[in-house]
Amino acid sequence: MADLSNNHEAPGEPILQVRNLQKHFPLTQGILFKKQVGAVKAVDGVSFDLYQGETLGIVGESGCGKSTVAKLLMNLERATAGEVFYKGQDITKLSGRALKAVRRNIQMVFQDPYTSLNPRMTVGDIIGEPFDIHPEVAPKGDRRRKVQELLDVVGLNPEYINRYPHQFSGGQRQRIGIARGLALNPEIIICDEPVSALDVSVQAQVINLMGKLQDEFNLSYIFIAHDLSIVRHISDRVGVMYLGKMAEIGTDEQIYEHPTHPYTQALLSAVPVPDPEARAHRERIILTGDVPSPANPPSGCSFRTRCWKAQEKCSQEAPVLAVPQRFQGVDSPAAHFSACHFAEEKQVVPVH
Amino acid sequence: MSIIDKTAAVPAPRGGSDHTGPLLEVKNLHVEFHTRDGVAKAVNGVNYSVDAGETLAVLGESGSGKSVTAQAIMGILDMPPGKIPQGEILFRGQDMLKMSEEERRKIRGRKIAMIFQDALSSLNPVLTVGYQLGEMFRVHHGMSKKDATVKAVELMDKVKIPAAKARVSDYPHQFSGGMRQRIMIAMALALEPDLIIADEPTTALDVTVQAQVMDLLAELQQEYNMGLILITHDLGVVADVADKIAVMYAGRIVEQAPVHELYKRPAHPYTRGLLESIPRLDQKGQELYAIKGLPPNLLKVPTGCAFNPRCPKADDICRTEIPALVPVTEQNGADLPGRKSACHFWKETIHG
Repeated sequence: MADLSNNHEAPGEPILQVRNLQKHFPLTQGILFKKQVGAVKAVDGVSFDLYQGETLGIVGESGCGKSTVAKLLMNLERATAGEVFYKGQDITKLSGRALKAVRRNIQMVFQDPYTSLNPRMTVGDIIGEPFDIHPEVAPKGDRRRKVQELLDVVGLNPEYINRYPHQFSGGQRQRIGIARGLALNPEIIICDEPVSALDVSVQAQVINLMGKLQDEFNLSYIFIAHDLSIVRHISDRVGVMYLGKMAEIGTDEQIYEHPTHPYTQALLSAVPVPDPEARAHRERIILTGDVPSPANPPSGCSFRTRCWKAQEKCSQEAPVLAVPQRFQGVDSPAAHFSACHFAEEKQVVPVH
Repeated sequence: MSIIDKTAAVPAPRGGSDHTGPLLEVKNLHVEFHTRDGVAKAVNGVNYSVDAGETLAVLGESGSGKSVTAQAIMGILDMPPGKIPQGEILFRGQDMLKMSEEERRKIRGRKIAMIFQDALSSLNPVLTVGYQLGEMFRVHHGMSKKDATVKAVELMDKVKIPAAKARVSDYPHQFSGGMRQRIMIAMALALEPDLIIADEPTTALDVTVQAQVMDLLAELQQEYNMGLILITHDLGVVADVADKIAVMYAGRIVEQAPVHELYKRPAHPYTRGLLESIPRLDQKGQELYAIKGLPPNLLKVPTGCAFNPRCPKADDICRTEIPALVPVTEQNGADLPGRKSACHFWKETIHG
């Protein structure tokens, strides 16, 4: 795999390096003798870097594998192939004590604050649970104080420590989820759609909190979402996924202002703009059809079945994620990683 | 009620009704739910109207009463615990709340139809889509099974489901999310109603599919000259398709305006807060504007203006007096057609 860091000016070593990560879920047939008849290629060769203190946004439609990537990074799912290096150490092969140690530093905030908190545990128990697993972080007598501190950090009243999740609103529950993620002082937090279940007026509160915590604790975020405007607001770099592969990756400006992959262009143009004036003179690319099944992806470029630029070459040769040839050596924001044979710039974001 | 400019070009409503005036008019509608914990006042005096060919967007957060209003119009409110203590729902000048169940049944589906949010749970999983689409014709028009199936295929063609003939005997789970929502639209359109109520029709869909579905809906609306009530919380979708907007908060309409006006200069602090909490390009890296606090509990709505605990402009009068929905005028007193605001300080909000 090409060195992905040359496209990026962030100093220092990446804290997380993902190389050619794959997850194939087997499809089996038969009851007694299970025979594998195929595989759902949920993640099919994804590579990216994450640097200290940065936010990497990952966007894509449902079923493109973004949540599976999150699970693989947490080692909640075992990768079929590929590596995830955390500070140079491949964590996909770890188990037992070594894995436990790594997990302390990579935490997750889940999408649905209504189902990701145990309704029979108090807030104190929920946030304090990580300390049971990693007792070295907080000695027993100190835990209650620690939990109260965490509640304070995420903007909840520390006196709520004995309440149950159902006594909180959605936004407050998501804060509890964030406090639990912060409990072990991790370096990386993986956020899987952290605000999509929340009301519009509460989303902004949670996004602000996450920004504040990042500055305070120098956290690195992997921010998975489908709301492109929120991703742009919080991310330093953005990766666009399609059908288990990374279609395009670059800084937020490169992706949003100078997208070169047709899928990114279509995705950006389809987002409704909260400005009725833009209605008339906005060019929209409306894709036909649906995302193909990851059990049976198209040959060559997986986007070619919905792409208006597709040609013979696209069905034969899968494009690699690299700086497209025509932009190589060009000092332009369009020169970033894009997996398309016919990458070209096309202004789609309405200029403000 | 004054209507925005577009309606002048709209032809008279179809069907031999000699009623002039709006297609649907909701007047001072109240809905409450009697629960064990007390009476939840979900809708507190809502007024709005829709004309043929017009799109009214009802914007609000969860719990603002936007869906309950729609259910009251459709007559599908669960009663009890729901109760409509006062109000009128005039369809072509006739109060539907005074009609017998039999009369309402004739309107429901035939004159007013509804598209629900979650297509998967709104379709019956054990019946084919053809059967479910045909049911409209069998029940309302007394068609034979065979004729109804032919009609179902026609409808599926109409909403652009590929290979309609082959797929008419498929079950809902065999369709993708976007296709399922198309079937919901087809079902609502079956009897060519005068008014369609779409309750968050695209919230569960991906952006690229959302664009397809909204386009289809707009196209069909124009073809049949239908009135459309679009219930949503997405400010982007609203800007794309609505003619006029009603913003709801805690069971009341807090602002009403033509779409261009509302985005340009909101006349209610809540609307303004919602618009400002959308991430914008020029605000990257800064804190997002967030409406502080939480939406109110409907069992104990704050006295005075329901928004006062969250409002930056709140004064003593806001805590004691409920602001009426009054017409908004220009600074020099000139009329602003279709604009209303329920704020004691609308002058300062729009002109300040």
